Amino acid sequence: MRSDTQIFEGGFSDSVLNAQTVFRALMDAMANPGRIVEVSDLAAPPAPLTSLAASIAATLFDHDATVWCDRAISGSAACTGWLKFHTGLELTGEPADADFALISDVATMPSLESFCRGTSEYPDRSTTLILQIDGFDGADTLVLEGPGIKDSMAFSPSHLPRMFVDQWVANRAAFPRGVDLIFAGKGVLAALPRTTRIKKTEA
Amino acid sequence: MTDLATYNFAYLDEQTKRMIRRAILKAIAIPGYQVPFASREMPMPYGWGTGGVQVTAAVLGPDDTLKVIDQGADDTTNAVSIRAFFQKVANVRVTTKTADATIIQTRHRIPEAQLQAGQILVYQVPIPEPLRFLEPRETETRKMHALEEYGLMHVKLYEDIARHGHIATTYAYPVKVEGRYVMDPSPTPKFDNPKMHMSPALQLFGAGREKRIYAVPPYTEVVSLDFEDHPFEIQTFSQPCALCGAKGSYLDEVILDDKGGSMFVCSDTDFCEDRQAKGHRGALAADTAEAAE
Ligand SMILES: [Zn+2]
Repeated sequence: MRSDTQIFEGGFSDSVLNAQTVFRALMDAMANPGRIVEVSDLAAPPAPLTSLAASIAATLFDHDATVWCDRAISGSAACTGWLKFHTGLELTGEPADADFALISDVATMPSLESFCRGTSEYPDRSTTLILQIDGFDGADTLVLEGPGIKDSMAFSPSHLPRMFVDQWVANRAAFPRGVDLIFAGKGVLAALPRTTRIKKTEA
Repeated sequence: MTDLATYNFAYLDEQTKRMIRRAILKAIAIPGYQVPFASREMPMPYGWGTGGVQVTAAVLGPDDTLKVIDQGADDTTNAVSIRAFFQKVANVRVTTKTADATIIQTRHRIPEAQLQAGQILVYQVPIPEPLRFLEPRETETRKMHALEEYGLMHVKLYEDIARHGHIATTYAYPVKVEGRYVMDPSPTPKFDNPKMHMSPALQLFGAGREKRIYAVPPYTEVVSLDFEDHPFEIQTFSQPCALCGAKGSYLDEVILDDKGGSMFVCSDTDFCEDRQAKGHRGALAADTAEAAE
């Protein structure tokens, strides 16, 4: 396939209703941390962008969104071309300037504190990270608690940033400043807003 | 679908929806914090709940069932107009039954029936800033929230006690969300404050003129501000609903005649009608009254 075809094709077939569907999945996930929410494949972007991460991008990004992409995505002309054509986003090379971050390789991503936590007066001016992962059947389980969780919630993403528990404790300690995470698997997503606490980890 | 072709789905253009959706996700992540957004002109005046309407428009989809209440009723002009608006611009199913709704837009009340997980309650908020009457400057109230400087708010409530012997604030009674942000529950009576605490439903608040969106996720702590020696109390009513006999629901006084006769009935009309349909009767229900004559 020629790369310009890759760029111009693969967007939402119904931009209005597809975006509404993906947004409701995101809102459901953010309001119920750790809940696994199903979303069918609505976009067909060039690799390494995944269908779900691209759907989230098409739902939330536009020219008012400054986005940092990791090297595998930013180094692909087809990926950046697809994102620009289908969303109109602004790309940045500086994680601390990003409204959103798109991360294809969670193992090598920058630390959470390299992104923007907002200010104490405007904690909403922070980075929302979108992490592409395989799914939610990982070997390690985090037991979550906090707003949106009735008692506790078991959460087993296939991939986590390095030293995640320590990084998340630091993120939680900065509240109300902080970053929020969206995990995009294959046809399933989940979120960890900055309010979520990790009660314990189980192997 | 031909009628819909002349409108954007749910009226708002996609760029506006994206901006509001981003604000909603941030609001959920920072419970009780007021996220600024670029409020749009809506085809209705500000007093009609344009903030709530914009939030509903950004959230709503073809699978939703919408209920709109004003005071506790589905049949007031404001509620009827907003419901008709969304039927026209989103072709959405509507209902008056709390249990059947996926989204409930409200101006003054939280339904009496326990809300369920998965339901979304959208509040139309006129004044989102609980500290505004203490400090008119936005830059200052923002600092007060940042520093958790809520002493003035306690002083205001304590002045009530000094003057009236109890906290006299009955509407828009301030709450603290998840131990952090002081939030205005909008013009709901304080009677409804306890329903916000650990609600299984997602609560979204939209203020159109003031351009703010805030949220309370499900299962989140919402505590009404009070004092050890003057704990928070809700209004109680000395009599049950005259139509359905409910005790412990919020009642409105309804004038019956020009001789000063009146009765107290549930402000939540769906709750009251549902109880009557299930055979519950109050002292002035039509058939009870007949039987008594
Ligand atoms: Zn009643």
